[in-house]
Amino acid sequence: MSINKSALLVAFGIALAGCGKSETASNPASAPAGELVIKIGAAAPLTGPQAHIGKDNENGTRMAIDDANARGVTIGGKKAHFELLSEDDQTDPKTATIVAQKLVDAKVNGVIGHLNSGTTIPASAIYFKNGIPQISPSATAVRYTAQGYKTAFRVMSNDAQQGKALGEFAARVLGAKQIAVIDDRTAYGQGLADEFVKSAEANGAKIIVREYTTDKAVDFTAVLTSIKGKQPDLLFFGGMDPQGVPMIKQLRALGVKTQFMMGDGGYTPKLIELAGAAAEGAYASLPGVPLDNMPSGRDFAKRYEERFHQPIQLYAPYCYDAVNVMIAAMQKAGSAEPEKYLPEIGKTEMDGVTAKIAFDEKGDIKGGAVTVYQVGQGKWHAVQTMGGAPAAKP
Amino acid sequence: MEILLQQIVNGLVQGSVYALVALGYTMVYGILGLINFAHGEVVMIGAMIALTVLQILLAAAFAPVLAVLFSLLAAMAVCMALGYGIERIAYRPLRNAPRLAPLITAIGVSIVLQNLAMMIWGREYHSFPLPFSSTSHQLGGAIVNDVQVAIVVIALLIMSALMWLVHRTRLGRAMRAVAENPAAAALMGVDINRVISATFMLGSALAAIAGFMVSANYGIVHYYMGFMLGLKAFTAAVLGGIGNLRGAMLGGVLLGLIESLGAGYIGDLTGGFLGSNYQDVFAFFVLIAVLILRPSGLLGEKLAERA
Repeated sequence: MSINKSALLVAFGIALAGCGKSETASNPASAPAGELVIKIGAAAPLTGPQAHIGKDNENGTRMAIDDANARGVTIGGKKAHFELLSEDDQTDPKTATIVAQKLVDAKVNGVIGHLNSGTTIPASAIYFKNGIPQISPSATAVRYTAQGYKTAFRVMSNDAQQGKALGEFAARVLGAKQIAVIDDRTAYGQGLADEFVKSAEANGAKIIVREYTTDKAVDFTAVLTSIKGKQPDLLFFGGMDPQGVPMIKQLRALGVKTQFMMGDGGYTPKLIELAGAAAEGAYASLPGVPLDNMPSGRDFAKRYEERFHQPIQLYAPYCYDAVNVMIAAMQKAGSAEPEKYLPEIGKTEMDGVTAKIAFDEKGDIKGGAVTVYQVGQGKWHAVQTMGGAPAAKP
Repeated sequence: MEILLQQIVNGLVQGSVYALVALGYTMVYGILGLINFAHGEVVMIGAMIALTVLQILLAAAFAPVLAVLFSLLAAMAVCMALGYGIERIAYRPLRNAPRLAPLITAIGVSIVLQNLAMMIWGREYHSFPLPFSSTSHQLGGAIVNDVQVAIVVIALLIMSALMWLVHRTRLGRAMRAVAENPAAAALMGVDINRVISATFMLGSALAAIAGFMVSANYGIVHYYMGFMLGLKAFTAAVLGGIGNLRGAMLGGVLLGLIESLGAGYIGDLTGGFLGSNYQDVFAFFVLIAVLILRPSGLLGEKLAERA
């Protein structure tokens, strides 16, 4: 009996392991012999508070890979078949290095990820050491590309570009004189808030409160009450929407009418859906020009919704672009070998769904336009596109 | 002054929820000497069930009051079944095993429930569709809304009802007897298994109510919401003296107040050196301080180590 039991347990364990695998291997059955199999790694939080954004990243990456397989890509005269290896980094810097090593060991040809700056930076050291090209769709911390790793790229403006635009917008356009700032103490939230503070102060505003929280908190009534007593013109939060939603709800529930502003972490349909009326009037930004203004942006949004039955959460279009940058570089180099196609990534000139993509010598995206959006009548509306070339005014 | 009053209100609301969840920890500990680390997930499942039932009933154009009531009852029923199931599957077979074993299964159950919820309800945040608009009231400068008033009042009512149940009913007497000495209670004809199951079900029903309250207050539901809440409530239970019902209530309210006042004033007191991000640290600092200075908690009695 006891033997039966342990056998059952083993079988159960194998079944579970099988479950885990099914998500990582994307239709491996359809690769006939003679084809060049190219593995694209993807890493984002697929569990935990930011799982909805991580899954969105995976969806964007998957869509690009399926599109490439459907249209048929030849690399160096051989027909290529792309496979997706998706890993969960749990927004945890330690886990990020583990999954990075796992992807390296699986001999991926390139990596799309990670989502957060806090995970992207430690993982980038591992990709660099192994010569694996990495394009992050969403890590914005300045440090990521400032480490001198020639394998590190991103298709999103960095915090310096975004914080500068937001600080300018808050102080100049909104005329905020007294500003309160909260950040979530992650590499992203802190970095963005620091750059925002620099820019706002340079434009004549005064930072009267600087507070912090974590990327797991949901109750902010204490800090918001303390901020209420100081009556700022504007509250800036450097963080993601899981904190942004309860923060703005509690802010309004406390009867505080100050302006509320976030970076790209707040520009999600979820922010409006969950915060409801409290979200009205809130500002958030997103690097690039509005998707609606990009020729292929609207088409991408439509196909995404048809395929995944939900609107784009945040970075899916950036993931899509990142994969296509990688594939284009492989085609130009005529090889999917990391060391062969890596130099081609730096020379990219491409019209993506999010922006015109070209990299500077550090691996940052050139130009780096930032668009500020505002919630009105339950929808995000583009208010102003700042910086970048050519600056498109919606 | 207004700000201070508002911080106290914030703390009371938060503390009432902690207290309800802490009761679940303390009841189980009092009887089994076991920390049921899956309790936070039971709160989350309660919130999820309430969410789903509420969505269905509102879509079927039920009267708002009935919809809220039924969804709460459904959540309580499911959580009671869940609490019963957890005890039967994960704890009862290990009742005479070393103490570490049920602790490990508790963590296992917690992970299973979390992932199950992720599979059923998805990874995204859900909006909790409370069918009332919660109006805000001025209370001497502090702003309180209906939901927050309801949370504090309902928590008080439930805690009184629980005290009555434990001290005035047959089941309560049986529970106290098992807590004091399971073997002797069994010899006196108390069905220990029944009492333990009842305790788990009672604690889980409280968890369901707490889950409903948290969701109504924040307006969002997520499969990860039980984790931190569970840890805080556990801290509250230890602060008050784990195993002691009054202690759990006191600990919950105190912890809510400590967090709220601490996070609200630390920035000003230290000139910005320490910030409100230490809100969670307060809870665990309190836990450590209690464990060092008064391991049995504020209202806990010094007990001999259980056999």
